[in-house]
Amino acid sequence: MANLAAVVGIGQTKYMTKRTDVSIAGLVREAALKALQDADLTWDDIDAVIIGKAPDMFEGVVMPEAYLTDALGCNGKPMLRVHTAGSVGGSTALVAASHVQSGTFKRVLTVAFEKQSESNAMWALSNAQPFSTHLNAGAGGYFAPIIREYMRRSNAPYNVGIKVAMKDRLHGARNPLAHLQKPDITMKEVEESFMLWDPIRFLESCPSSDGACAMVIANEELAEKSPKPPAWIRGVAMRSEPTMYAGREMVNPQAGRDCAADVYKQAGVTDPRRDFDCAEVYVPFSWYEPMWLENLGFAPEGEGWKLTMEGATSLDEGGDIPWNCSGGVLSSNPIGASGMIRFAEAARQVRGDAGAHQVEGAKLALGHAYGGGAQFFSMWVVGSQKS
Amino acid sequence: MKDIAIVAYQQSDSVSDAGAVNEVELIMPVLARTFEQAGLNSAQDVDFVCSGSCDYLQGAAFAFVSGVDALGAVPPIKESHVEMDAAWALYESMLKIRMGHADSALIYGFGKSSPGDLPTVLSQQLDPYYLAPLWVDSISLAALQARLMLDKGLITERDMAEVVSRSRRNAMNNPHAQLSGDISVEDVLAEETFLSPLRKADCSPISDGASAMIIATVDQAKAWGLPYVVISGIDHCIETHNLGMRDLTDSVSTRMAANHAGMNAGKVDVAELYAPFSHQELILTRALGLDKETQVNPSGGVLAGNLMMASGLSRIGEVFNRIVKGEAQRGIAHATSGPCLQHNLVTVLEKGENA
Repeated sequence: MANLAAVVGIGQTKYMTKRTDVSIAGLVREAALKALQDADLTWDDIDAVIIGKAPDMFEGVVMPEAYLTDALGCNGKPMLRVHTAGSVGGSTALVAASHVQSGTFKRVLTVAFEKQSESNAMWALSNAQPFSTHLNAGAGGYFAPIIREYMRRSNAPYNVGIKVAMKDRLHGARNPLAHLQKPDITMKEVEESFMLWDPIRFLESCPSSDGACAMVIANEELAEKSPKPPAWIRGVAMRSEPTMYAGREMVNPQAGRDCAADVYKQAGVTDPRRDFDCAEVYVPFSWYEPMWLENLGFAPEGEGWKLTMEGATSLDEGGDIPWNCSGGVLSSNPIGASGMIRFAEAARQVRGDAGAHQVEGAKLALGHAYGGGAQFFSMWVVGSQKS
Repeated sequence: MKDIAIVAYQQSDSVSDAGAVNEVELIMPVLARTFEQAGLNSAQDVDFVCSGSCDYLQGAAFAFVSGVDALGAVPPIKESHVEMDAAWALYESMLKIRMGHADSALIYGFGKSSPGDLPTVLSQQLDPYYLAPLWVDSISLAALQARLMLDKGLITERDMAEVVSRSRRNAMNNPHAQLSGDISVEDVLAEETFLSPLRKADCSPISDGASAMIIATVDQAKAWGLPYVVISGIDHCIETHNLGMRDLTDSVSTRMAANHAGMNAGKVDVAELYAPFSHQELILTRALGLDKETQVNPSGGVLAGNLMMASGLSRIGEVFNRIVKGEAQRGIAHATSGPCLQHNLVTVLEKGENA
């Protein structure tokens, strides 16, 4: 059995289009320092640093952990760099947790970041390869046909995505760190925004953000002594499947279903809609909320959109299972950090420390990230109690 | 904590240009041989998979994604990736086993350095604001380090040439080596300097290739009935990126990692050191306090072939091979990352049953 571990400190930068006031090192240090302050710790209290980000081409720095060690107080310590596509923020948190859950370290710092303003993500994701088909589509172009297939299968009304886009931005307006601040957004405004990749409209897409997220993860003994409530890590899971193979279920990927089943089993979750108080799920394009509601077992197949339309996932409508109270990826998207933000926001909820987007009395929360062409998944379950 | 052991290791030939072979095609034959060695069929037969690679070698985002295509990951597998040498993928896998979420793991690393200009590509690993804009390449930085050693009288060019000569001679027994031959110290010294004081022979070659390893708990290794080598210690440590703030003639982080990994708890019969430049082998040997009792780089080391993102794992695999063959009882392997030995990992390996 894994040793108990818990999140004892969380730090995030403000998410915005361009952080021209800080270097890459300054950005990660800002989040890391906030996490240390939150845990009432200093650099000397940290045994190892685990860092994650999406492709190096997003900033144009090869393996930037070598350069960032000074900013993260890591000199003389172990530094590990994780990269698992868009799920990397989540995977990085899991690898960091494994440093403690394995009994190898007492307390580690983990940081994930992206400074997308340094480069052009669309370009970095789409450069031609000598041995592969050139899609030149970016993420939205890749996911649009998969969403269309979901709409066809489920017979969902056309405006489900529009509802998600509005709902997550209203959530984001409660979170001062969220990149997009749209407290007055309406479904009409979303519907009238221009079509990017049919059926994905501009306002149904995530922004491109600069930002970093950091967490301090400690073992049971140290977590119990921590000044603020710990978020106990109750389950961890990762799954990968190939990008393309004959018969791949792209709308409801097997890797996502297997990953959820694994992490639920560890946490004793049998009915996710009932057992969780809230979830932070990687939804970069609006329609991925109903799709993941089904993939993660919150709704039967073909019925995820009903939860969205009923308001079950909305904090503002008093839903029973609010999703992405922080505003989610639709409100802030520093790609490499986005997964860790989900994991950290789930932890904030069960620590009772989520400010204006707190779900009252949240005790158990899911953090979720996916990446690539939805073939990489990482998830964790955090709770206010150890078991 | 559970004892963890290596049960299989394979690497491709180290070649200067793999031609039209893509990354998946580099990996697949190596994986096939690794599974065969362990008596397994595919990645479905291990509990966890972790790889190491670098997007900038391929010139594409998500270089590792295609690597998954080599694994037979249907149904889905538990899989992760480090943007580091695969020696660190081994490290991550060990944590996964120690925490009880796996009893076995496949680790692989791959790199195709030939399509680009590797020393220039690596210049973009430097501080992006103050150093990378100067495009200082990795060989130039190593040359500055070697010059520092020479000027301080810590080594001579003859010492460096001896490292090269021994590497090439040792590599004659390594079927995967790219550079090997009966070359004397005088032969090396007769060569012109390339980036003074370095001669081309002082620098590891540009190589394409891959390596792979399977590890398991000792209980699992016994259940499989395989000869195994125990990983009795592993640790790594990074130093400041600012070259002006480090003593480049020493490797403090290597020594720290070795101490944490328990290197000094017994005799070291063999050491495989990831020294991409001849003078760095001397730095590492001294930092670790290795003496004549220890055979250094019997494979020829990376001066005989340097599989970027896999060479660190290969060092560990080479020590595994020595111990399995009965040529050594206990050994250490070293991996490095970053300019001028910034980040170092040390693994201690010991003979298990049947090995």
